[in-house]
Amino acid sequence: MRTSQPAGFWTIARAVAWRSIHIFLGNPAFLVPAVVFPLFFFISFAGGLSAIANVPGFDFPSGYTSFQFVFVLLQSAAFGGVFTGFGAARDFETGFARRYLLAASNRGGIVAGYALAAMVRAFLTWTILTAIALIAGMNVDGAGVEIFGLFGLAVLVNLTATMWAAGVAMRVRSIQGGPLMQFPVFLILFLAPVYVPLSLLSGWIHAVASVNPVTALLEAGRGFISGEPVVVALAFALAATLPVVFALWARGGLRRAEAAG
Amino acid sequence: MNAGLRTQVGQLARRSVLRTLRQPAQIVPALIFPLFLLAVNSGGLKEATNLPGFPTDSYLTFALAVPFMQGALFSVMNAGTDLARDIETGFLNRLALTPLRGTALLSGLLAGAVLLGLVQAVTYLAVGLIAGADLAAGFGGALVLIALSVTITVAFGTIGLFAALRTGSGEAVQSLFPVFFVFLFLSAMALPLNLLQTQWFHDIAAANPVTYLLEALRSLLIEGWDLGQLALGFGIALTVLAIGMYAASAALKTRLVRT
Repeated sequence: MRTSQPAGFWTIARAVAWRSIHIFLGNPAFLVPAVVFPLFFFISFAGGLSAIANVPGFDFPSGYTSFQFVFVLLQSAAFGGVFTGFGAARDFETGFARRYLLAASNRGGIVAGYALAAMVRAFLTWTILTAIALIAGMNVDGAGVEIFGLFGLAVLVNLTATMWAAGVAMRVRSIQGGPLMQFPVFLILFLAPVYVPLSLLSGWIHAVASVNPVTALLEAGRGFISGEPVVVALAFALAATLPVVFALWARGGLRRAEAAG
Repeated sequence: MNAGLRTQVGQLARRSVLRTLRQPAQIVPALIFPLFLLAVNSGGLKEATNLPGFPTDSYLTFALAVPFMQGALFSVMNAGTDLARDIETGFLNRLALTPLRGTALLSGLLAGAVLLGLVQAVTYLAVGLIAGADLAAGFGGALVLIALSVTITVAFGTIGLFAALRTGSGEAVQSLFPVFFVFLFLSAMALPLNLLQTQWFHDIAAANPVTYLLEALRSLLIEGWDLGQLALGFGIALTVLAIGMYAASAALKTRLVRT
């Protein structure tokens, strides 16, 4: 007689990730916005605002398309995580997540599964976004290791956003928590130097952007793509710390979901 | 309009207005989200006013036209979602059993959009002026700005009604939001048409009616009274309104036959 072993952390993570990815890839209503939205931001910013490169003091060496590519890459990383949080919330709302909680011996694997799914989702978006950007004539002046650093930052941003959104999803346990997942991420992204470098911002937006952690991530990313790295240590310190902080937030959410049954 | 039709429109308009007022989740995002983007963009793109050919030295004044368009996009969602809910819950089927006219139903449902459009326009304009934006056309210009904004909101609202009647699904109406955002993003939203340097983007923006709605709104803020731009803006808004009403009426007939 075969005795079933309790599934381990990674087995659970793979199962949850597989289901999330399957739903994402199999439903155009989820797949199309995930791919199309970042492209529209990119087209709108890089195409519609290219004249900003002529503003006195704008001296980004690789051009405005590369400048905006970094923002859209990090934005799509963050929203890949948030949209995966929507899926988690839907799982809780429909009761499917209760089956996860019953079946999983190590429930941390559920959160890890959502994180894996978010990463696969982000990689798909980045592949298309990068291809379009290169076709549109984006300059990449950074070396291979610098581009690796840029995408490494994006992976950590994706992980941070997933942990944030999963934490909200497991607390609210309804898709109605969507705006709560989305709006703070939107807010922190757009309160950074999106259109021009920090030095060209003034007034309240300069003050806010100066203390916004996303600013360091953007500056480091833009430094990587132009081959002139800046604030690398600060950016990676932030990018490595934030997923840990939000993993604790997600763990708290998991405890709440467990307590709620 | 005869007395019977007036009563029908009045009753449905009252219901639509009350329903809008009772849903802060419809009103608050439609006010807050555009104002947040206005604050961020007017701060982040302030340096754009140093570009030769930029029409004003205040990016806030230039950008103040955008919330009016974003608010109109929310009206697509709100009007459409309300009607879709009526279809999903069977309320429309019950209305179909009464002698209610299609015109009355559509006009009444748009009353909520008119109210929301009015609240949005007054709020955006007040916040913009308090923040330091200019209004070159003066008090009369403010009234025309509000009138144009409400017309655009109602025109876009008819598209929401059409979508709701065609699909009968609130989720399908919600999915229209990104489509309309694309129209906004591919317009002269962030820079004037003459400063859009990327040729293909310039061509798309020049062919996009949203550009001319924005320019009509902007003309009152930046230039004063430009009758040509205002006529074009009102013309486009009224054309969208007419097409939207016609399409929604046709879809309503089909929907009532189906049920």
